[in-house]
Order: sequence, then structure tokens, then C-alpha cells
Amino acid sequence: MHEVGLARQVLDIAESAAKEQGAKAITKVGLRLGAMAGVVPDALSFAFEVARHGTMAEQAVLEVEYLPLVCYCESCQAAFEVDDRFGIALCPSCGEPSAEIRQGMEFTVSYLEVT
Amino acid sequence: MTRDIGLTVLSDLGEERGRIVRVEKGVMEFNQALAEENRARFAAAGVLVINVLSSPGSGKTTLLARTLQEFPARAAVIVGDLATDNDAERLRVSGAVAVQIQTGGVCHLEAAMIAQAVARLNLDTIELLIIENVGNLVCPAAYDLGERLRVVLLSTTEGEDKPLKYPQMFKTADLVVINKADLTEAVEFKREQALANIRLVNPQAQVLELSARTGQGMSAWYELLQTHLEDS
Repeated sequence: MHEVGLARQVLDIAESAAKEQGAKAITKVGLRLGAMAGVVPDALSFAFEVARHGTMAEQAVLEVEYLPLVCYCESCQAAFEVDDRFGIALCPSCGEPSAEIRQGMEFTVSYLEVT
Repeated sequence: MTRDIGLTVLSDLGEERGRIVRVEKGVMEFNQALAEENRARFAAAGVLVINVLSSPGSGKTTLLARTLQEFPARAAVIVGDLATDNDAERLRVSGAVAVQIQTGGVCHLEAAMIAQAVARLNLDTIELLIIENVGNLVCPAAYDLGERLRVVLLSTTEGEDKPLKYPQMFKTADLVVINKADLTEAVEFKREQALANIRLVNPQAQVLELSARTGQGMSAWYELLQTHLEDS
């Protein structure tokens, strides 16, 4: 549970990007969040609501694009999407588990909407 | 004649909505950059750095105390805890240099904390630095500290389904140590199932089974450290 700290880091990144653009306020913060990033979306939303007070993002909404886990199978030479809440990545062709993560670790401030 | 009020309202909203600014900046980038700095510094000094992670009470400190006795005078340890320096005290008994980081409630160690702690160590006098992370199987997974080897401890008393419950943590492990192997039967730990679960989540991780308390299986752990030390 370190989502308050993470929300503050998101806001720091957002505020410095907004200031660079000479913006007055941030109205939306767009994130991309991978399934294996280790971030609890609800906890992050809650933390964001609290942490945005007194910042340029006081009125901002958080929009999160979720990215599923994508792994790569060495023997089949194919990437595949993992739809398993435990993150167990079994290749749909050969059934072997894969450790090579191609997507799903992302935690990125993607864009802002500013005025 | 008729004004299209709908359109006017829409365009007003459009202005209020403002403009889009592309950012594309990773939230963990700051920590990652510091971790790379740490890693370069450790490599230059020829120090093998191990990040040891587990839930509370799985035997990290016992494992480390034994390990420090095996590598006397060449090892140091950084201990992360929410509060108290009990663990550092336990480790100092072995004669090793132990630096305590009290995170003050923060649930994980970050690369910046390691850089600060390392400033209190003389890297030229050691070859092994063990970082005992905060006991927590969730948050520390996301923070690279600049280590060469990430070791995740799982004790038999915790049950064989831990790798499935904390996949982020087990996925990032280079080595999984199953500790308290002496209690396997007493706590009805399903060893085969545990090994299968680890392989499901992280097929590349090495696995060692040992008991830090009785010493069972510890020689394989020392050998592994020795091999990595020779590579540092």
C-alpha cells in the first residue's frame, strides 16, 4: 500500500509538464497501467482524490488505461495475452509457462488535459 | 433563423475542456535512474549486491545472520524496517557492518534510500552487500534498488500458494528460497505444489530449499553466493 506516494509522484510529473506548457490548471490526468505493475487501481484513485488538493490538478479527473499482461513464448516464437488474475502465463500453443514479459509492467503518465 | 444551441454549448465545453499535452513519462523512472547509478557504483567497486524480499516472519534475518557468519569481514548489510533497529542489532552480533534504514512507515525500500545508506559504508572493504528489504510481498517488488540478484524468500509455514497470491513479487525473483524446510512435514507444506506454483509464475527462477535455523541445505546457498562473488 504505497499508492499515496505513487499518486504524489504522478501529480509531480503532471504539474511539471503542465507548468512547462504554461498551463493554468490540469483538468485530466491520463495514465497507462500494466496488469503486473503492482499498483492497485482503486487505491490509486482514492489516493489521487486526496493528494490532488492544493495542486494544479485540484479539479482533475484520473483516466486509467489498463494494459493486460502480454508474454512471449520462446519455443513458439509468439506473443500472447494473459487473462489470468494470478499472472500465470501459459502459452496457448504449447502450454509451457513463459517468464518473458512484453507488456504489463507499465506505469506511465501518458497525457494531460490542461487549461 | 434557428440557432443551433446544442452546437454552441458543445463548442463552449470544448474550450473549457482544454488542450491535450502528451507526457509519456514513467512514474518509476526516477527510482529506475537512481537504481542504475547504484548498480554502476557497485559494479565499479566489485561488490555483489543482493536484495532479499519476503513477508514478515519468513526468516530473512536468521538467513542473513548465518550468511554473514559464513562470509565474515567481507560482508555488510542494509536492513529496512518500518521502525526499530532490532534486526540490525541481531545482525551486528555476527560482526558484520549493519546499516539500518527506518522507513518511518514506508512499505518498501527505494533506490534513493540505498544510495544514502551506502554513503555510510566503505565499499572498498566489502565484497558482499545484502539488503534486507521491508517484510512485505507487495510493494517492494516494483522498486529496483540496483541489486544484481533478487532473492525472494518463502517459508513452509506460509503455505504453497504464496507465489500465486503475489505474482508480481515472484515474477521478479532471480532466486526463490524455500525456508524452514525442517518444518515441511509438521506444517503439512505441499512441497511439490509449491515448486509447481513457483514454476508457473516464474519458470526462470532458480529454487533452493533450506532451513536457516538448522543449517539444512545452506551449503547450496553459500555455493551460489560464492559463484556470484567470483563473477563480481
